[in-house]
Amino acid sequence: MSQLAVEVARVPRARRRALGAPTLGSGIALGYLSVIVLVPLAAVAAKAASGGWHHFWQVAWNPEARAALELTFELAGAVVAINAVTGTAIAWTLVRDDFHGKRLVNAIIDLPFALPTIVAGLTLLALYGPTGDLGVDVAYTRWGVLMALLFVTLPFVVRAVQPTLLELDREMEEAAASLGAGRFATFRRIVFPHLLPALLSGVALAFARAIGEFGAVILIAGNLPFKTEVASLYVFEHINSDDPTGASALAVLMLVVSLGVLLVIGALRRWATRHDR
Amino acid sequence: MTARTRTSNRLLLVRFCALGYLAVILIAPVTLIFWRAFEHGVHPFWAAISNPIATHALRLTVEVTLIAVPLNTAFGILCALAIVRHRIPGMGLINAFVDLPLALSPVVVGLALYLLYGRDGWFGHWLTTHGVRVLFALPAMVLATIFVSLPFVVREVVPVLREIGTDQEEAASTLGASSLTTFRRITLPAIRWAIAYGVVLTAARSLGEFGAVSIVSGGIAGRTQTLTQYVQASYENFDQTGAYAASVLLALLAITTLLAMTVMRHGDRRA
Amino acid sequence: MAIAARNVTKRFGDFVALDDVSIEVKSGSLTALLGPSGGGKSTLLRVIAGLERPDSGQVFISGKEATALAPQKRGVGFVFQHYAPFTHMTVFDNIAFGLTIRRRPKAEIEKRVEELIELVQLPGLGKRYPSQLSGGQRQRMALARALAAEPEVLLLDEPFGALDARVRKELREWLLRLHERTHVTTIFVTHDQEEALELADEVVVMNAGRVEQVAPPRTLYDEPANAFVMSFVGPVNRLGDTWVRPHDIEIRAEPNGSTSEAQVLRIIRLGFETRVELVREDGEHLHVQLTRDEAEQLELARGDIVYVRTRRERTFSTASA
Repeated sequence: MSQLAVEVARVPRARRRALGAPTLGSGIALGYLSVIVLVPLAAVAAKAASGGWHHFWQVAWNPEARAALELTFELAGAVVAINAVTGTAIAWTLVRDDFHGKRLVNAIIDLPFALPTIVAGLTLLALYGPTGDLGVDVAYTRWGVLMALLFVTLPFVVRAVQPTLLELDREMEEAAASLGAGRFATFRRIVFPHLLPALLSGVALAFARAIGEFGAVILIAGNLPFKTEVASLYVFEHINSDDPTGASALAVLMLVVSLGVLLVIGALRRWATRHDR
Repeated sequence: MTARTRTSNRLLLVRFCALGYLAVILIAPVTLIFWRAFEHGVHPFWAAISNPIATHALRLTVEVTLIAVPLNTAFGILCALAIVRHRIPGMGLINAFVDLPLALSPVVVGLALYLLYGRDGWFGHWLTTHGVRVLFALPAMVLATIFVSLPFVVREVVPVLREIGTDQEEAASTLGASSLTTFRRITLPAIRWAIAYGVVLTAARSLGEFGAVSIVSGGIAGRTQTLTQYVQASYENFDQTGAYAASVLLALLAITTLLAMTVMRHGDRRA
Repeated sequence: MAIAARNVTKRFGDFVALDDVSIEVKSGSLTALLGPSGGGKSTLLRVIAGLERPDSGQVFISGKEATALAPQKRGVGFVFQHYAPFTHMTVFDNIAFGLTIRRRPKAEIEKRVEELIELVQLPGLGKRYPSQLSGGQRQRMALARALAAEPEVLLLDEPFGALDARVRKELREWLLRLHERTHVTTIFVTHDQEEALELADEVVVMNAGRVEQVAPPRTLYDEPANAFVMSFVGPVNRLGDTWVRPHDIEIRAEPNGSTSEAQVLRIIRLGFETRVELVREDGEHLHVQLTRDEAEQLELARGDIVYVRTRRERTFSTASA
């Protein structure tokens, strides 16, 4: 997974050239972006704002919507906390450990990225639902939704931490050891501070994904309002029941969270490189 | 030797926990897809995916992908060039919106298109007057798919462009090459692997799109139903084999994507 | 005996890094491990520090066996070639690290770190980050960090390798003075023979995982044990089994009984020193080093026929080359 394009190009002024044709290209790109992304999103914002501020909050804060939002944030928070630990552990195993089949394991980490969300949802339901062979049934419960979210967010923290761990100067850890630090002290004082920005970036992306996940959740959630109805399901329902205003209210909030996450990741990137030689 | 074995034990514990977690969350469910699809034998599996509705869903999905990928590739290259080589005011904001599809829920995308092209939408009236169908037809599905798979080519190409710098391009222009020639002969070859990665990721995302498309397509079987929607519809109609069979197809596409990426990375490194 | 390694062997896969190596380092001395890259010197240093575990053999630190001890427990200070600074900590925190880990009281840490900052001459830089320091400053910080916890032994792995020539010279002198002040047993690894000869009380010459010779610099230069040591430690002419230093070849204008004839090919004047390349009658090339005065006296010119004689030479049978 390559970096976000959020970093602004730091090309020195003297070397920037505006070439004729590419400026046209930039215009085309901008136009394309507008048609595909900007205008549609503007429509959502406009719909949510139609009727004024007061109406917006009325719609966004009705009991069902509020419950959906609370549930969504709760689950996303839990998912993120779990991923922070397991993602780091998996990245550690992939970088520092060696065993038969490690390369295979490394390759399948990306599977949740590539697999369609509905397929993911179906199989989780098959395994951990009423027809599952494991005797575990979490269908139509929050646990089921949690598992679906854990599946789709699995790669984020792993792939964020992995390259940083790979690049980490082992000599720093050796230096710490020669100065008397045990394994845990070395991890806490030396390794972890270097991993933190990457970890937080991965966590931020996982959070955004968990907030908005739809396909993996729809089957296993059963969409019971106040119980398993997350924000995305709420929006979906309200489009279907011809309440675009209600849908837009929550959609705008989700949009704001997504944008916020991207800003945070950009800031984290700048923070991470502040100590570079 | 005690110090070493203690460290190894710790590592083993981490390994055990990590792999255990992976097994529960990832490996078991994915293995199950194949198990359930072929549970009743190959024949029912084959019947499930060769029926006209399923084949139409597959064809439609591929059609949408074949439109979305080239468009996003062209955009991706232009956008990457704009971001890295030219200073356009508001670049940071543009960056953020290009990356937005990665962080945004697909239902918001679907809603947005619904608000633009629906009956009461911004363009709704104009479209009805001119008899153009966007929503619940191919155009809306393509727009939704383009939105969600937008960032991949850009993100892959931007770092490569940044890394290679402008030296070669400047050299080419001092030797008399026009901007187009420079692009064709110098820039393009340098970014071809990045483009390849981006294309594969875009294709994978397009093939697997579900949420946004569900809202804008209507999901009419045999008409506007993609393969992912077919999975859901089959499940809800208690056609388990059908759902799993289509899932296997999609899973194979996903695995092919991962394989393609791995193979390309090898080729890239050797190049 | 501060440090001893006995019959240490270490392999990395098929590659034998250390082959039955034994050395002894006296307490308070400054010892150099000298040799070409890949010769095993860094590996030996890391084995002594506990960063590598030998396949066989023993390590003794201050008389006690340390072979199985983790690096944390050995009481060694290690300075890495690229300093391995903790980039996310200030200079102060870097130096204080060893003491912080040992949970010394804050006041004690502060006092000791300030002492060290003064000792290594980094005044006022305590709050800076390593990325804001120059190479030489980072090196001195790394030394201070290693010294903070008062190690019994100081190990330096190519400490000046990553610095430019002028800074290297300054730091060499500085290390010598530091050692004179602190008297900590110090072992440093280098591939630069000038550095080893200048600084060390004793030099251990290593090649291909084996110890070639252990001797004080003077002895090493004047009485090399074999051809490898001789050619590594200084420039040398090889004539079959006879090895001669450039400054041990005498050039005369007139023959006498013990000279052979040679023709001048090239003359290079380098300030105080003049180098002359000659070819003997039998086709052997010779490189001779003269002082400026000696060269002027002879009034050498290209193409001149002169007569050469060796003052001192060493003979090694081909087996030892």
